[in-house]
Amino acid sequence: MFSENARKELEAILKKYPNKRSAVMDALRVAQNEGAGHITKADMEEISRVLEMPANEVHAAATFYTMYRVNKPVGKYHIQVCANISCSLMGADHIIKHMENVLRIKTGETTPDSKYTLSTVECLGSCGTAPMMQVNDDYYENLDEKKIDELLGRLK
Amino acid sequence: MEKVLLKNYGKPDSHKIENYILSGGYKGLEAAVKLKPDSLIQLIKDSGLRGRGGAGFSTGLKWSFIPKDPTIPKFLCCNADEGEPGTFKDRGIIDHDPHLLIEGMIITSYAIGASNAYIYIRGEFVFGTNRLQVAIDEAYAKGYLGKNIMGSGFNLDMYIHRGFGAYICGEETALLESIEGYRAQPRKKPPFPALAGLYAKPTVINNVETLSCIPSIVEKGAEWFSKIGAPKSPGPKIYCVSGHVKKPGLYELPMGTTVRDLIFNHCGGMLHEGRALKAVIPGGVSAPLLTPKDLDTPLDFDSLAAKGSMLGSGAVIVMDQTTCMVKSAHIVTRFFSHESCGKCTPCRDGTPWLTRVLGRIEHGEGKPGDVELLESLCTNIFGRTFCPLGDGAVMALRGFVKNFRDEFQFHIDYKRCMVS
Repeated sequence: MFSENARKELEAILKKYPNKRSAVMDALRVAQNEGAGHITKADMEEISRVLEMPANEVHAAATFYTMYRVNKPVGKYHIQVCANISCSLMGADHIIKHMENVLRIKTGETTPDSKYTLSTVECLGSCGTAPMMQVNDDYYENLDEKKIDELLGRLK
Repeated sequence: MEKVLLKNYGKPDSHKIENYILSGGYKGLEAAVKLKPDSLIQLIKDSGLRGRGGAGFSTGLKWSFIPKDPTIPKFLCCNADEGEPGTFKDRGIIDHDPHLLIEGMIITSYAIGASNAYIYIRGEFVFGTNRLQVAIDEAYAKGYLGKNIMGSGFNLDMYIHRGFGAYICGEETALLESIEGYRAQPRKKPPFPALAGLYAKPTVINNVETLSCIPSIVEKGAEWFSKIGAPKSPGPKIYCVSGHVKKPGLYELPMGTTVRDLIFNHCGGMLHEGRALKAVIPGGVSAPLLTPKDLDTPLDFDSLAAKGSMLGSGAVIVMDQTTCMVKSAHIVTRFFSHESCGKCTPCRDGTPWLTRVLGRIEHGEGKPGDVELLESLCTNIFGRTFCPLGDGAVMALRGFVKNFRDEFQFHIDYKRCMVS
């Protein structure tokens, strides 16, 4: 459910567009941020009421774009390692394997303490600094084992 | 060549408006608002600027299709949904020089008579989104956005629309659907966006790099621009180099720089001494690959088209002799399959099928006849899809199979890789 801050953010978002429906992507993003990284049916129903659009169309948008996680909770840190071509050429497979070893989970899984989720992802537009990954909103580039170990040590 | 697009890249605090102005920024806008919109469109036509998003269409001509009736609202959309694997130039401009893009967008909006402009930026670019929003706020505070811009009587509001993970939004009509709050599936054309685009109103959609060329053309003239690089596709071009080279990164060079000059001169040659070049993807993964015999091909729209490939987004991906072409083809095809929007059957069902066949060849489970099966699937997808995504998947795969067929066959026959 939207907090007071989220409602204010949504009001500002609505000013960008001539109709309410255009705000659906931002509204879903706000809901996801509020909802500890994923979107629930209740979120989509609330967005449908606020934006005056059918709930199934909110759901249609939420399930089309891959960054929305509908009913798919992730850990506190969502680690997404790029597995596309430029990163693969520069050793993404090795990075993924190292990450699986250190976190003791397989790609696609979350650690039992819900701290980390490990995923692979398609190109993130950081190909000149491959291999790379994204942890929540931040990019980490020119990765090697040492850099990964240092980073994981810093994430609390 | 004097840098135009990356001139501020890497300088301290290059993203701040005061530094942009100190470097000569917003002089193009100052000159533009003294011209009539029609003269501006003619200027861009005369410059020979062609769209940097991939299609290479004349930017001035695109603008000229917008109806002149001042009572019809018009929109400008900047396509910053940079997603073609290998491409990272738009992110470079947005992160380091957001005002260059904003100035280009203000001039463009003035030329086409748009009073609202949207920047469609991919959702993963959080850093760039924040940079852009601060830059937009700075431009409002200085009077470059808002009402009566520089005393011209021209009003413009500019907004950011964040994508959320969909490569297809780089297709311009899918991008419009996305801003309107729908699943991003491409629209039927015609009507073209110039007549019925965003909210069914006349709309120009231009790429970040294209828009970033505009201020300097206005300031220095069409002739100056048209004399840089290849005569039929002039101007500076940002090449995004990744893969097996010593110095990957962004290189702003005259359009038409050869593959050889780019890799062996500017990028310092191959990453590992003693390993030979095997293949180069010249324009993002949709572009069919080139082999060492093509090293002297100029990287411009027409020269690459003549070689059966394309400049696309200018993403140059370099592969050395240790690269498995089956694995690379599998990664590239998996990408298209993942990004297929689901609207049309040949792409929605065809690209996963290609991926499954490539996957089994890659993992030593290929069957006799699988290469022929791939070719037959390609024939049934190509030219039969609603938008160019399916064609891109086929063109890419055909490039791999045509040049490295023996590697695919080896994987099938011997259940292992030929090179690694």
